[in-house]
Amino acid sequence: MHIILNGDQREFPDSLSASQLLQDLGLTGKRLALEINREIVPRSTFESHIIQPGDQIEIVHAIGGG
Amino acid sequence: MSTVMHPSAAVSGDPLIIAGVEYHSRLLVGTGKYKDMEETRAATEASGAEIVTVAIRRTNIGQNADEPNLLDVISPQQYTLLPNTAGCYTAEDAIRTCRLARELLDGHDLVKLEVLGDEKTLFPDIMQTLQATEVLVKDGFKIMVYTNDDPIVAKRFEELGCVAVMPLAAPIGSGLGIRNPYNIMTIVENATVPILVDAGVGTASDAALAMELGCDGVLMNTAIAGARDPVLMASAMKKGIEAGREAYRAGRIPRKRFASASSPIDGTFF
Repeated sequence: MHIILNGDQREFPDSLSASQLLQDLGLTGKRLALEINREIVPRSTFESHIIQPGDQIEIVHAIGGG
Repeated sequence: MSTVMHPSAAVSGDPLIIAGVEYHSRLLVGTGKYKDMEETRAATEASGAEIVTVAIRRTNIGQNADEPNLLDVISPQQYTLLPNTAGCYTAEDAIRTCRLARELLDGHDLVKLEVLGDEKTLFPDIMQTLQATEVLVKDGFKIMVYTNDDPIVAKRFEELGCVAVMPLAAPIGSGLGIRNPYNIMTIVENATVPILVDAGVGTASDAALAMELGCDGVLMNTAIAGARDPVLMASAMKKGIEAGREAYRAGRIPRKRFASASSPIDGTFF
């Protein structure tokens, strides 16, 4: 399936959970937050949340800033 | 509201209280523009700050997987992190950023709201900032709001429920110092929430002046990170803030046009 991840077009297998997506990206256990189609996906639901084709996904973290 | 003691505010007769939490330091610092994580860590430590701003940005996907994480050097256990909506030009983007930050930091709801109007000045877009404030207050956020030095607008943010109001001294990163001390003084006099100068200070005397005007604290980033020696400047700012605060509490003498001798006239033998 086709998704938009941090602004880039990407291909992933169907029926992927949010936690599987993060694992594929090597981000498991990192301190980050996930937004799908402008809705926050809480960390507690990463296992059960299934990514849908066409989802717009943002993965963010904290960096230096004023 | 009960007052919670910040771990490092153990002994202080003059705490800064924001949203019911006591802080010992009145200097708040940003973590941008440093050359590396070690400099960020060292300057932040030298500043004595307890509240430290961070930005929320996209994670790099598939590159630099092992790059150092800011939160490894600025630990959420040691510092009160203040996620900031810098770079947002609409209320909607600022609201999204705050919600992502709250999720990222496990429900932490103290945020710095900043909605910019213009890339050249980085002045706040007050209309957008007001809109974002209304939504975020209803959503349970504790907002420290970046605004201009307009006393009417500052009061409005307080009435909307912001836990601190943070007028600029001068444009972000400009180092011009406090351009409108009378407005800052009026904002302080009108306020019942902490007023912190946010942005525009250049050196320690600017920070001291903000405190002498009665501000409750100062938030800065570029003045430290952009100095030739950021760690030394962080230390200077800490002292400037402390000196300015003590001078404000001590009450300065009135300005007079002519001299007033320090030694008594009585008892002179000449």
